[in-house]
Amino acid sequence: MAAEGKAIDALSQFELNTTLGPLGASVNFTQSNLHMLYAVIIVLALMTIGMGARALVPGRLQGLAESAYEFIMGMVVEQVGEEGKRYFPFVFALFMFVLLGNVLGLLPYAFTYTSHIVVTFGLAAIVIITVTGVALARHGWHFFGYFFPEGAPLWLAPIIIPVEVVSYLSRPLSLSIRLFANMVAGHVMLKVFATFVVMLAGLGVVGPVLSLLPLSLNVALMGFELLVAFLQAYVFAILTCIYLHDAVHLH
Amino acid sequence: MPQFQDPLLLSQAVWLLIIFGAFYFVLSSFVLPRVGSVLEDRAARISADLEAARASKQQADAALAELNAATAKARAEAQAAIAAAVADANAKAQAEAEALNAKLSQQIDAAEARISTARDAAMSAIGTVATETATALVSKLIGHADANAVQSAVGRSLASRGAA
Repeated sequence: MAAEGKAIDALSQFELNTTLGPLGASVNFTQSNLHMLYAVIIVLALMTIGMGARALVPGRLQGLAESAYEFIMGMVVEQVGEEGKRYFPFVFALFMFVLLGNVLGLLPYAFTYTSHIVVTFGLAAIVIITVTGVALARHGWHFFGYFFPEGAPLWLAPIIIPVEVVSYLSRPLSLSIRLFANMVAGHVMLKVFATFVVMLAGLGVVGPVLSLLPLSLNVALMGFELLVAFLQAYVFAILTCIYLHDAVHLH
Repeated sequence: MPQFQDPLLLSQAVWLLIIFGAFYFVLSSFVLPRVGSVLEDRAARISADLEAARASKQQADAALAELNAATAKARAEAQAAIAAAVADANAKAQAEAEALNAKLSQQIDAAEARISTARDAAMSAIGTVATETATALVSKLIGHADANAVQSAVGRSLASRGAA
């Protein structure tokens, strides 16, 4: 979609390039993967350095680490129940990975790996495979009863079962497309308005004054995108919890 | 869109699995259990402190009850001691008063006895003086006097005046 000359180029920000020189190029390590590493390192550093003191009364960093832990733990216990504590590390890893991906992407020159459907679908696939695995491990063949609710009339089975199967299989799609679309839309809008700022600024005397309009809009958008970044990570994590609840309790 | 046609998509996904897998492994086996243990330690410490505080309060309550009982007992004992002392003092005062009364009445009796002997002595002296005066008067008037008659007349007159 990138077009001629002065036109707005909102999509080149999503292009992948190998990074880390020839070594990265030889293993196709992209800047997207590098940002994943940044996110992982930031989270691990927060959780280890923050908790390094093991203080009885936490300081700021330890308070942040503990709030993150207790926030996700509260979500898991509330949605899945006490048995859900086993899956807490999984939900924590997902939430932090998505949140850091969204937030890091808002920094200038940074890459938003959650704006790639391959990444969000990869995460959603991990979720759905894990959830199905949990359900099979806990309930064995009873898991397939999930697709045909007890007490429904048998003649409805040809309708209900395909509907339930399709709705189950659409979970990873909706999970991944929701995050992907939110991130892409936000970054395209930011880029479009940022381009407006530059284009208007070049329009003679009144240009710089006019360019203040998209600039202020972009400032507001930035705050909005920060909200979306957190909200989408939260939605991703809480949907994972709901799927885990279904897997643990089967309805 | 690069998201659908970039040649690096597949390798990006493979690296995602590697990085996320390592992330999950490190988090679940090293990092999060440590955080959990810190939180558990704190919860245990807080509940232990609360337990200790509760035990201390119970102890304090027991001590207070004991103190109250001891105070009540001491008060009762003090009141009993005061009552006993008052009764004792009353009895002693009564005894002393009685002894004093007895002594005083004895002295009064003795004084009265002394007064009556003195009076008797005075009365008998009156008789002698009256007899002598009457004898002298009678002998002056009639030249002589019958001492016995005068004496009996004086005695009668004294007796009729009720000199006792």
